[in-house]
Amino acid sequence: MRKVSLDSINKVFAKISESNKLYLPVDGSDGVAVYTEWSEGKEWSNALNTVRSPKDFFFPQMENLMEFKTSGKNIELVDIRDEKEDFVIFGVRACDVRSFDILDRVFLSDPVDSFYASRREHGIIVSVACSKPSETCFCKTFGIDAANPDGDVTAWKTEDSVYFVANTEKGEAFMKKIEDLTEECDDSAVTAQKERIAKIMEKLPLADLSTDAFGGGKTDTFFNAPEWDELSQTCLGCGTCTFVCPTCQCYDIKDFNTGNGVIRYRCWDSCMYSEFTKMAHGNNRLSQKERFRQRFMHKLVYYPENNEGIFGCVGCGRCLAKCPISMNIVKVMKKIGGNKSE
Amino acid sequence: MQKITKDQLVEKTVALLSDGTVSAVLGWSRGEFDYDITPAVFKTAEDLKENFVWNDFCGANFSKYLVAQTGKVEGKILVFLKPCDTYSFNQLLTEHRFDREKVYAVGIPCEGMADIAKVKEIVGDGIVSIEADGENLKVSTLYEDAPALVNAKDVMAERCVNCKSKKHVAYDELMGDDGEVIESNRFDEVARLEAMTPDERFAFWQNELSRCIRCNACRDACPACTCEKCVFDNPASSVENKAPANSFEEKMFHIIRAFHVAGRCTDCGECSRVCPQNIPLHLLNRKFIKDINEFYGEYQAGAEVGSRAPLVDYTTEDLEPGEVFDRGDKDA
Repeated sequence: MRKVSLDSINKVFAKISESNKLYLPVDGSDGVAVYTEWSEGKEWSNALNTVRSPKDFFFPQMENLMEFKTSGKNIELVDIRDEKEDFVIFGVRACDVRSFDILDRVFLSDPVDSFYASRREHGIIVSVACSKPSETCFCKTFGIDAANPDGDVTAWKTEDSVYFVANTEKGEAFMKKIEDLTEECDDSAVTAQKERIAKIMEKLPLADLSTDAFGGGKTDTFFNAPEWDELSQTCLGCGTCTFVCPTCQCYDIKDFNTGNGVIRYRCWDSCMYSEFTKMAHGNNRLSQKERFRQRFMHKLVYYPENNEGIFGCVGCGRCLAKCPISMNIVKVMKKIGGNKSE
Repeated sequence: MQKITKDQLVEKTVALLSDGTVSAVLGWSRGEFDYDITPAVFKTAEDLKENFVWNDFCGANFSKYLVAQTGKVEGKILVFLKPCDTYSFNQLLTEHRFDREKVYAVGIPCEGMADIAKVKEIVGDGIVSIEADGENLKVSTLYEDAPALVNAKDVMAERCVNCKSKKHVAYDELMGDDGEVIESNRFDEVARLEAMTPDERFAFWQNELSRCIRCNACRDACPACTCEKCVFDNPASSVENKAPANSFEEKMFHIIRAFHVAGRCTDCGECSRVCPQNIPLHLLNRKFIKDINEFYGEYQAGAEVGSRAPLVDYTTEDLEPGEVFDRGDKDA
């Protein structure tokens, strides 16, 4: 384990920035933390987390896939992919680190999404343990340890220092770069912090939320549950929950007419939208209830069914904080799971 | 602190359900915490007694829900309307968006709603309970032994700080006292933007709108946005888009929307309340309201049912387009 004093953390950022782009949560003009490229003068935010999750780094909201250029009767296909250089995402919380694993199981399964794979390969993740979880946090429900996040490097921030442990080869290389700025230390401060966090996690209002009722093979148990009517009755059908969600991975591919060609792009899509997965025969989910049900069944039943029981939620709490009508996965789990545990 | 109590509202509602005046109730349903309140349709006294809530976080404007809910309910649906909600209610009636006969509107006074983000700015994160305590909110957190007392005025939502009216302009029954239309300072921020140079103003909106994630929450919560199929959701419209494709497109969405609701927007503030990215969208709408007031005389959308909005009415007093041009900043 190595450490650096909090006063010198900007030196670490400066050192890393010499060779890699470095992104970290920085408070924006409205006081809300946003992943921002570090440069001199930018300060690491004290916020618990960003509103917009770091999934953007691997699965951006909008990206161009290829271009078709026409001249006369010829069509030229242009590969506009830019090979990515290594980049560092610093300060990722435990929930969001787990979200990358959930995205990997979708995008890195055969057929591998080469755009996503390239970014994953070049991304170096420095996670940071949580010190003041919010009442909306429930990562523990999904077996995530907020005090000991995964990632290439794990960091712990105390009042005066930042502690680091490398977990992977990429992480070792990262630590090598900042070797001169950090010093070897014992793990007593980190152990104390882990114990403190564990106690807070027990006290969180959602600490007892359980996934026991859910998982693969439960489609028939929940699909026709009468509670969906009530749960979805005032859903606005906006995409806030899906777009702030670190694990929502649905996208649409569209062609943009440039006048003398076409740019094929991909953008996030939302199962809450009326045009989602529209097919030649029309739309397969005509009501907001069906769209709403799809989102939660995907997280709690379909995803675990296809992924060894792993749930498609990491308990980050963004949807709890941001849904315009305060409807969310916790309320769904309590309402339909409470009556259906087997 | 709200003057009317939850118990009074529940008592009233249960009585109206029991005597058959209404068959359903649009109200606020309690959440996991004291601030995460969900709009809900209540149909039984038991459900109301158990889950109905009325506190400083009941900000949601129910008017728009009437468009869908009046078609689903047998008999009448009771809707609770705060003063600002009644303007949206009237505007929707003016546009014939729901059947007035299917609604039993109960006006309730409002002392202003709290913004949980402002509460957290003062007391920090980890909120486990919020109780009204006179003029204050008593907020307990995971991280402080003693609850913090926060003055409700200090955490009031922006739209409530700039409240335009405590008067109910529509109801079948009013609970508590009615208030008055208020001289608010709601156009001050618009005036500040008007005083900027075009470049400064462009930079301001570029910064704000660059955060848009195109979740459509502003549109979907907006009581003036009740098109069955929004042009931005229609693949045949050629402007349908699920992501802000570039900085032009991301501004266009909001500017088109502001134009579309101009003259119909009552300034209820739902757009800014629901924006997950804290974009002050209401300022676009307020700019239109301010301009309409200055060009055509004071006009408040929704103040009465059936009023002819200046933008869809012609009078010989109307100013000429050239006057608008002369007044504007030609360099903009």
